Amino acid sequence: MELKGKKVIILGERDGIQGQAIAECVKSAGAEPLLVQTQCFV
Amino acid sequence: MVEQNGKDNLVVIIGAPDADSAELYAETVTHGDPTWAGPLAGVALELPVFHIMEPEIMAQIDPAIRKEHLSIMEIALDVEKIAQGLNRVRKQKP
Repeated sequence: MELKGKKVIILGERDGIQGQAIAECVKSAGAEPLLVQTQCFV
Repeated sequence: MVEQNGKDNLVVIIGAPDADSAELYAETVTHGDPTWAGPLAGVALELPVFHIMEPEIMAQIDPAIRKEHLSIMEIALDVEKIAQGLNRVRKQKP
């Protein structure tokens, strides 16, 4: 799956990879974050 | 969001810390909420879903950004097990 040009729904997690970190990563791959969330289950 | 943007150009990227939760996220955005507890119960969005740590996604990220944001968790997460769970969901027929 090529990310370039794609719109991305980002479901991050506090205990895993946080949403904002994923957003930076997908932007560097040429994708556009559409929704950025970080779930926290504490 | 799917109704507004369509499915064709949409991808879900998750950052779950373990295989079980990754599989649950994936199941929910492809075949619908398996617990039947949330608004996606019975709603099969069939969106492509990947974990940020899967090799085919990691290969597309700028190495400097990858190092800054993912290098620590790259050591901590069981990426192989997470990928196995996601592959299982991706291969399932609705």
